[in-house]
Amino acid sequence: MLEASNLECVRGERRLFADLSFRLEGGEMLALQGRNGSGKTSLLRMLCGLTPAASGEIRWRGRPIAQLGDEFRSELCFLGHQNAIKEELTPLENILSTARLAQEPLDEDAALAALELVGLLGREDLACRYLSQGQKRRAALARLVNERRPLWVLDEPYVALDKAAIELVAGLVGAHLQRGGLAVLTTHQVVAVPAGRVRELTLDDDDTAQQRLRAG
Amino acid sequence: MLSLIGAVIGRDLRLAMRRQADIVAAMFFFIIVVSLFPLGVGPEPEQLRRLAPGVLWVAALLATMLSLPRLFADDHRDGTLEQLALAPEPLALIVLGKVIAHWLVAGLPLVVLAPVLGIQFDLATDALAVLTLSLLIGTPALSGIGAIGAALTLGVRGGGVLLSLLVLPLYIPVLIFGAGAVDATVTGVGAQAHLSLLGALALGGVFFAPWPTAAALRIALE
Repeated sequence: MLEASNLECVRGERRLFADLSFRLEGGEMLALQGRNGSGKTSLLRMLCGLTPAASGEIRWRGRPIAQLGDEFRSELCFLGHQNAIKEELTPLENILSTARLAQEPLDEDAALAALELVGLLGREDLACRYLSQGQKRRAALARLVNERRPLWVLDEPYVALDKAAIELVAGLVGAHLQRGGLAVLTTHQVVAVPAGRVRELTLDDDDTAQQRLRAG
Repeated sequence: MLSLIGAVIGRDLRLAMRRQADIVAAMFFFIIVVSLFPLGVGPEPEQLRRLAPGVLWVAALLATMLSLPRLFADDHRDGTLEQLALAPEPLALIVLGKVIAHWLVAGLPLVVLAPVLGIQFDLATDALAVLTLSLLIGTPALSGIGAIGAALTLGVRGGGVLLSLLVLPLYIPVLIFGAGAVDATVTGVGAQAHLSLLGALALGGVFFAPWPTAAALRIALE
């Protein structure tokens, strides 16, 4: 369903990767690995359509994402390495307003249930700026609980989380894969996902070392 | 479509209510700048009446500039702007919602304050009414045009100054017709023409500005 062919990423004067191709079907997860600065986040942003690829093409259900536009975005859930939560709002308000803005309405009970699952019940009325880093990350990840859009793109979802929360997120991703969804995520730690097929892609193996030479 | 614009306005208003200091600061800035002029140029009523429209309008432009840099900067910093850009609706609609919310928070208070401040300048009742009306019609254009500048300077270091340099020249037509409307009432010509032109600028500003703004935001997000 998600297909990338001959992707090339150039940042400034550096070519981060080139000739990158992969294909991901329903129920499959792509785990992106690589050292800092190897282009993992850039690749995720390309897959979302936020950053255009220097060359190559990304296709969703066989059609280029640039052509699909809103149609593609309505099937995409992106969680960047920033939490995308508002410090002034409470976790409950954040999850509700994120859902409204994504045009995926959520009722308050479902939102509270999601917060309970990520362990923020009792803090749902506290402004997010009073939460710890890990709790903020949990507040951000709470939206995945009710997320039914087929493509999840997650940038470092496990960062700042404790062991229990990491397992919880892995469980959410597993359930998503079991429903036939796709997930692309970057990570520095190997976390077993309970269901679905995991494919790994490392951005700094020897084959691509050549490609990281300065462009021009 | 309307529900999305409504959701954006609702969210931004709620955020503004949690950060009232920003709104109050801009309002006090407006009050103080306007109040300095009678103190500076002396209590001559004739002179003050002549100065009033220009002073109030220039102060309104500057007060709007105060809140513009944060229009997109906060959303950019915490990652919510990316989420907005990935919403399955045109980004321009979201920008339109943000422009409307910005006007409600930064423009409308100026309109409410203007008649009170106008009294300091010994303006007649009809001139006060036209002044308020001109601000009511003209300030949405300030939010709309300002959004383009705010998007273009997003993520630029020292963007605040650059934003002023970009946006203030674009505010000139609004200033001319806004202040001109009051002058025309005082001299007895009638403010109709000025207000109509101001209305055209506001409509253009609010409904066409979101598209270039959305394009600038997409570039800033790359």
